Amino acid sequence: MQFLADNFGLLWDAFLTTLSLSLLAGLLALVLGTLLAAARVSPIPPLRGLATFYVEVFRNTPLTVVFFFMIFGLPQIDFILGFFTGAVLSLGLYTAAFVGEAIRSGINAVSAGQAEASRAIGLTFGQSLREVVLPQAFRTVIPPLGNVFIAMVKNSSIAAGFATSELSSLLPRLVNADAGQLTAVLLGVVIAYMLITLPLAFGVHRLERRVAILR
Amino acid sequence: MSGVNKWFGELHVLQDIDLEIARGEVVVVIGPSGSGKSTLCRTINRLESIEKGEIAIDGELLPAEGKQLARLRSDVGMVFQSFNLFAHKTILQNVTLGPIKVRGKSKAEAEKQARTLLDRVGVIAQSDKYPAQLSGGQQQRVAIARALAMDPKVMLFDEPTSALDPEMISEVLDVMVGLARDGMTMIVVTHEMGFARKAANRVVFMDGGRIVETTEPETFFNNPQSDRAQNFLSKILNH
Ligand SMILES: Nc1ncnc2c1ncn2[C@@H]1O[C@H](COP(=O)(O)OP(=O)(O)O)[C@@H](O)[C@H]1O
Ligand SMILES: [Mg+2]
Repeated sequence: MQFLADNFGLLWDAFLTTLSLSLLAGLLALVLGTLLAAARVSPIPPLRGLATFYVEVFRNTPLTVVFFFMIFGLPQIDFILGFFTGAVLSLGLYTAAFVGEAIRSGINAVSAGQAEASRAIGLTFGQSLREVVLPQAFRTVIPPLGNVFIAMVKNSSIAAGFATSELSSLLPRLVNADAGQLTAVLLGVVIAYMLITLPLAFGVHRLERRVAILR
Repeated sequence: MSGVNKWFGELHVLQDIDLEIARGEVVVVIGPSGSGKSTLCRTINRLESIEKGEIAIDGELLPAEGKQLARLRSDVGMVFQSFNLFAHKTILQNVTLGPIKVRGKSKAEAEKQARTLLDRVGVIAQSDKYPAQLSGGQQQRVAIARALAMDPKVMLFDEPTSALDPEMISEVLDVMVGLARDGMTMIVVTHEMGFARKAANRVVFMDGGRIVETTEPETFFNNPQSDRAQNFLSKILNH
């Protein structure tokens, strides 16, 4: 434990990196995922096709490959992202596909009748989504969305392989410094991850209960 | 509407439908299940598109898509068999959503109007509840208030009472009879003969995607012209 205390500065910085990477990628994934879900149910066929294509590409590509493309592939065409920005984009774009699928399943769970009734009183497609369909879709998909975001926090560890000094990158670094401290290092890193994922899970649970009462 | 035709794939659901409805008129549409009554209603506010023919409201042809279509739909009130209230909104919010978002009314103005309407259909006491807390009959009356809040030129009712327990049917029909008396233009798909007798100016009998006969309610029920209508009536009367 003394070893962890000695390296607290490193651990803290890595924790903040993982946290900000997760927050930024999560925000991107939530916004883009919602747009993808909306596009997939829209009455405009090219929009539907494009969104389906996006989801299928990112859902079926390993995250490491996405990182590789962003950080080593794009510079080949003179499009250079910083390592951290590349990590945020990779993780966010990848997770958006899963968020989009989760929200789409929620949209399908809202009765088609309500969507029809909202169009019948003259709401446009966008208004009907915003006012009637999405608010209810979000409620039904809070638990699966929570899972998607928890998986995303853990997936952020892939960034370690692409020069971002986040939590997992400390494992080889600290163990190389003192192999005898393996257990302490593992424990420290796991606890740091849990400091992000457990409050997230708790928040999701609270939110789920709150909207359940509202309904 | 004139010369209206619609197909679902191979199925020719609406065949050469001609129907003119005057302002203030109440038309009851009746016919066996699957004869195209719901589809007819749904084409009038273009929840279903048509392949041939034209539909005009107040002399204005139905626009194809987009903002204009949304505006047209706001002039056509629709009441569904399954109520379709917005589950996450209170009764009051269900009624004010359209006036605020589509008509651009202020919240206060919309709520005032909504309260008047909810009072008129007899569910004012439920204003702050959610749809799931109401009985079917109450929900359907809210659905009528929600449609009325848009000041529609015409109201469509697609079997508004067939999902209701018998004891709730009359409370909904009473509201509808009231509307008819107040001069609302209405197209009502229903098998409720009491309503047709009390409120309808005309009965349209549909079978197999066609309008088979159009008559006054009394003539239709007592002395139907076509064999198919006779056949149909003898079936529903025996129940
Ligand atoms: N969306 C649809 N796709 C394919 N067939 C449909 C659809 N909606 C209705 N139909 C068919 O069209 C016919 C007429 O249906 P409908 O208008 O609902 O009849 P009704 O309301 O008189 O019972 C039925 O045979 C029905 O199965
Ligand atoms: Mg029907």
